[in-house]
Amino acid sequence: MIRDATEIDIKTRGEFARDNYLSEHTVRSWLLTTDHKRIGLLYLGTILIFFLIASVAAALMRIELLTPQPKLVTSETYNKLFTIHGVLMVWFFLIPSIPTVLGNFVLPMMIGARDVAFPRLNLMSWYIFVAGGALALWSLIHGGVDTGWTFYTPYSTTYANSHVISMAAGVFVAGFSTIVTGMNFMVTTHKMRAPGLTWFRLPLFVWSLYATSLIMVLATPVLAITLALISVERFWGVGIFDPKLGGDPVLFQHLFWFYSHPAVYIMILPGMGVISELITCFSRKRIFGYAWVGCASMAIAILGFLVWGHHMFVSSQSVYAGMIFSILSFLVAVPSGIKVFNWTATLRKGAIHFATPMLYALGFIGLFTIGGLTGLFLAALAVDVHVHDTYFVIAHFHYIMVGGMVMAFMGGLHYWWPKISGRLYPEFAGKLAAMITFIGFNLTFFPQFILGYLGQPRRYHVYPPEFQIFHVLSTAGASILGIGYLMPLIYFIWAWRHGRVAGPNPWRATGLEWQTTSPPPKHNFKETPIVTGPPYMYSAEKDVDLNLASI
Amino acid sequence: MEEVVQPNVYVRTCIALLMLLAVTWSIAYINLGPFNLIVALAVSIAKAIVIALFFMHIKGSSRILHLAAVAGVIWLLILISLTLGDYISRGWVPLNH
Amino acid sequence: MSISISPASEPFVGEQFDDIEQQRDAAKLGMWIFLATEVLFFGGLFLGYTIYRFTYGHVFVEASRKLDVLIGGTNTAVLLISSLLMAFAVRAAKLDQRRALVGLLAGTALLGCVFMSLKAVEYHKDYVDHLVPRMGFKWEGADPGNAELFYWIYFAMTGLHAIHVTVGIAIMLVLALLAWLGKFAHGNHNAVEIAGLYWHFVDIVWVFLFPLLYLVGHR
Repeated sequence: MIRDATEIDIKTRGEFARDNYLSEHTVRSWLLTTDHKRIGLLYLGTILIFFLIASVAAALMRIELLTPQPKLVTSETYNKLFTIHGVLMVWFFLIPSIPTVLGNFVLPMMIGARDVAFPRLNLMSWYIFVAGGALALWSLIHGGVDTGWTFYTPYSTTYANSHVISMAAGVFVAGFSTIVTGMNFMVTTHKMRAPGLTWFRLPLFVWSLYATSLIMVLATPVLAITLALISVERFWGVGIFDPKLGGDPVLFQHLFWFYSHPAVYIMILPGMGVISELITCFSRKRIFGYAWVGCASMAIAILGFLVWGHHMFVSSQSVYAGMIFSILSFLVAVPSGIKVFNWTATLRKGAIHFATPMLYALGFIGLFTIGGLTGLFLAALAVDVHVHDTYFVIAHFHYIMVGGMVMAFMGGLHYWWPKISGRLYPEFAGKLAAMITFIGFNLTFFPQFILGYLGQPRRYHVYPPEFQIFHVLSTAGASILGIGYLMPLIYFIWAWRHGRVAGPNPWRATGLEWQTTSPPPKHNFKETPIVTGPPYMYSAEKDVDLNLASI
Repeated sequence: MEEVVQPNVYVRTCIALLMLLAVTWSIAYINLGPFNLIVALAVSIAKAIVIALFFMHIKGSSRILHLAAVAGVIWLLILISLTLGDYISRGWVPLNH
Repeated sequence: MSISISPASEPFVGEQFDDIEQQRDAAKLGMWIFLATEVLFFGGLFLGYTIYRFTYGHVFVEASRKLDVLIGGTNTAVLLISSLLMAFAVRAAKLDQRRALVGLLAGTALLGCVFMSLKAVEYHKDYVDHLVPRMGFKWEGADPGNAELFYWIYFAMTGLHAIHVTVGIAIMLVLALLAWLGKFAHGNHNAVEIAGLYWHFVDIVWVFLFPLLYLVGHR
């Protein structure tokens, strides 16, 4: 039986659970695990490797961009740098990040289950992911690809001299990992909720993971067939995008963006889910408009499939199609706006605790709003004609992906780290890293809005000298941002052994995952919990003595 | 306990499918202009529904399975209709004024 | 009609599930979601077909007439009958009829092989008739490029479908072996039902491919 979710068992506070999911140490127990918590950690280690490689590529680009003329790399190498940066960051870091790490770890616990619906498929999804990554790295080692992460035809199919097929194959394989994960999460959410846990009692993180899974499952197969089509066309020497046969290269763009636009929602929705968890816990308040936020996740998932043509306004797509996609793109911003308003309303009259996860959450709200607004500018057909393929677009999506999603990932990692490891990270270092990240991020990417508006095209490493000051600022910011990311890497590893013991619920949070020990036992709960009320039953009045910013 | 379907349901389903095959095959030899496509698609859709209902046991299953069964098709229709909309409307606005 | 299972031999339930009902429901939902992904996987090719049929309708009609409708139609019937056998196989599994199950699974696989053999014969014939893109393709009429486009789509769609049929045959053979070893007795029949869903889906794809490729216009 489980009591009211806000009651904390004082007796177990501060205890490190001896017999937990980490107890067995053998390599075999890790590589053959079917425990969703271990699989989450396997994914964490793997995506970290790809994040580091993609960051090195970004660093090389930013160093090259310090000067208007090429100094460090040739144009062809520069093309390969931004391609590998995009491919690895999108498919091997951002898309898996929150779902496969935090989702895998936390989702079954949040719904009171012992594991996901298909634990062996879950392990298989990790191996598939690693195989896809290996193929992508193979391509990289043999010289990489210079088409951009977007693989546009006819360059990718006919004219590129780089290892397109192996890179496409790597992404194709990794896509199946995504599909399996999405399917697993959907079935888990439908079929394995604890007694009493109705859909509208679910934490919003679960809603966002479900919406993400819906997109994963419906969009990724289209990417798969598209990559297969360009690979076959490249290999066979003839295909459906080939103008010699009457084919249309823009058809590739339709197919590619039908996946890739919803893909950006795969990337941001889980982040939004994390923010809902953080905002409620660290303002000690119930979420404002729970049903609106949950349904907004579903609305984003569905509407996100209707807007892909806004990437193709200047591609020779018909003006009428452009107008329809433009209006629909304005529409998809509405549910995101609803979420931002609801988070803000949740903060109002809450008891705000500026702990590290909350710093990341507040940063997310501001930066995501800027990124989202600039998305609306881009959705306006006439504006897009001016700024398409400029640094304005790059700044826009980095505000959402880095200022938004990566900050949400960091916030979530800090929030659930005590549950995952049983120990607290050092709070002062955490706050410092969050501030450094925020400053570094804005310094890196705000100048890029200006650059883009002034006309600097994306994917160019040669530019007029009057743009240099913005590039220098941006590179300086990138160095600071790098420090902001390096710090958690160091102190999380340090805290694994040396952090203060956290106990089951250091944040005094609601939610089933906090009702079990830290680290959790192998099967999560001693007895299946029963849920009797809604989530986020926080009360600012009850927690008068609480100071989460210095636990 | 799982329900087991009577064998003649399966047999009659198969007979219906083979008859629909005969219909679509023979109508192909008649010139109906644009309706050839419409009839062919209608017959295919009918066959697909019959297979799903009776062979795949959608009939009598839960609502979520019904949703899963149609979701892929609906999403494919979104892909096709909006893309086709682009190609159909490309010639509508004259490029030179 | 209901089944009674003797308490001494219960179906196997995974640790993560509460009971066999939950396990079966989860597996079915999982497979249907996977089939939705397959719809969209083939869907990319259906999109290509739709766009180019819209653009080059006349050439598609001409090109379609050169395909062997007898083989195509026969193959459709072969798959429809194989689905019948598969449905009976699922029924046999639920009724614990081991020998019927093995026979029906093997029969489904056999009809799958018949399909693939006819396909092989057909592909060879297409090659001899110079209809394979980039491999001796020759087109006598107008717009040879567009005709080659039609045949590219034809080979891509039927080729992808054939890969799925091959995987299906392999699955059926493995299941037949496991069935012979008694693995699906005592209520453990769900794997057969799940595999059946896959097989029927592959059948449904062909049900669309046949008229769309072989019967584009009237013949």
